Amino acid sequence: MATLTAGVPKHAAGAAGIKQHASWSPYDDNGGTTLAVAGADYCIVAASMRMSTGYSIMTRRSSKILQLTDKCVIASAGFQADMKALHKMLQSRNVTYQHSHAKPMSCPATAQLLSNTLYHRRFFPLFTFNICAGLDDEGKGAVYTYDAIGSYERTGYSCQGSGKDLMQPVLDNQLKAASPLLIPARGDTVEIFVITKEGVRREELELKKD
Amino acid sequence: MLPRPTTHSKALGPGVAGPELAVATSAVLDRPPQPTAQRPLSGAQAFSVDPSLVESADGPRQHTQYPYVTGTSVLAVKYAGGVMLACDTLGAYGSTKRYKSLERIIRVNARTAVAAGGEISDFQYITRLLEELATDDYRTDDGIELGPREVFSYLTRVMYNRRGKMDPLWNSLVVGGVEADGTVFLGTVGMIGTHYTDSHVATGFGAHLARPMFRERQSDDMSEADAEALLRDALRVCYYRDKQSINKFQVAKATGEGVAIGKPFALETKWDYKAFAAPTKWAIGAW
Repeated sequence: MATLTAGVPKHAAGAAGIKQHASWSPYDDNGGTTLAVAGADYCIVAASMRMSTGYSIMTRRSSKILQLTDKCVIASAGFQADMKALHKMLQSRNVTYQHSHAKPMSCPATAQLLSNTLYHRRFFPLFTFNICAGLDDEGKGAVYTYDAIGSYERTGYSCQGSGKDLMQPVLDNQLKAASPLLIPARGDTVEIFVITKEGVRREELELKKD
Repeated sequence: MLPRPTTHSKALGPGVAGPELAVATSAVLDRPPQPTAQRPLSGAQAFSVDPSLVESADGPRQHTQYPYVTGTSVLAVKYAGGVMLACDTLGAYGSTKRYKSLERIIRVNARTAVAAGGEISDFQYITRLLEELATDDYRTDDGIELGPREVFSYLTRVMYNRRGKMDPLWNSLVVGGVEADGTVFLGTVGMIGTHYTDSHVATGFGAHLARPMFRERQSDDMSEADAEALLRDALRVCYYRDKQSINKFQVAKATGEGVAIGKPFALETKWDYKAFAAPTKWAIGAW
């Protein structure tokens, strides 16, 4: 490899067909779309359940939503292995927090923890696009939306993932009066978490399996 | 705090302080450099190698960046009471059919089987890890064994951990088995740690060639005979279309009764289809 490509620019080596080996990337894009809408005293979170790579569907039933407490869930799209690692870590941090403080982590606290966790990996980022949603300390609906390296803000509604370009304009247009049933979605199934003061309710909505 | 003497010999290397240097007095610090294992008695500079002279043109030493001996697709389906895994027995060295009787399915314990595609030596390392787990279960002697879900969870962490070190295990693994409560488990994990469970899985070419067949014909309550027929059909399609495969296969079953890895066998094939002879006859514009 060294002798063949020495002095040949990378792009020229590719064009001349010198590349000899399979190569790999530590990242993949497994698609998926997530969204959350905050109400006065409730919050609705939904995510598609398809997991794909390129044009291949890996599975039609894999959850992207982590329910941390009665008042907080995290929905993530992006690279599935990073997403699972992140969820596993947040789950364990939540358990540790409960052992230390004898109460579940609040949604704003979880939101800050998620930001710190993502920024901690600034130079080998977790390729995940997250929404942290639930009820805040006053019982109001809260949606926090992130980029991959931990920048975040609280918003009234948000969507992330492969379908966000299609979804965000619809949300912007419609969510002066929120109704998640109007949201266009593709994928196999949508799982919907409705968070109210009574707790968390999970629903499923079947989509075209195309 | 009292200085803690170390047990290191001064001969071990620079920076490894023996008892003498643990208490740094001026008597020790001010005297001229003494001969050590690193500094010759002649007083000359120690022999050392300039790293820039031995550095390869590609930069510093790198981890495994590509596979050598590889196995191709692994196929697996759930059926009534168990899971069935199948693959061929080839270890390919590039496109050379180098090793033709490699068994790529292993029994981890009475309830779990693992099959692998990708770099064979990495799979042999993974096999050793799993053997250690099984040995540990045996030694503990409480009758408890890891279930397939636990083995799968472990493997997902191993694979993800190694990709995080930029030194991946170049495999796609399939884990199948039956839990203590009778639940059938089937999952797969890739070289960068992506993983999922499903009613049917296939790695590599199988994801494109076999899974469409599985989607049409597989159901979780299908009979063992139907599952085996489906896998044989899928293996045949993979053999027709995947040049890095051979007509020597193994099928393994993991059921409540245990794991049974079958003997290698060959499939009936037919190569005189007209479409094989003139594959582009109806594909206008193809060559």
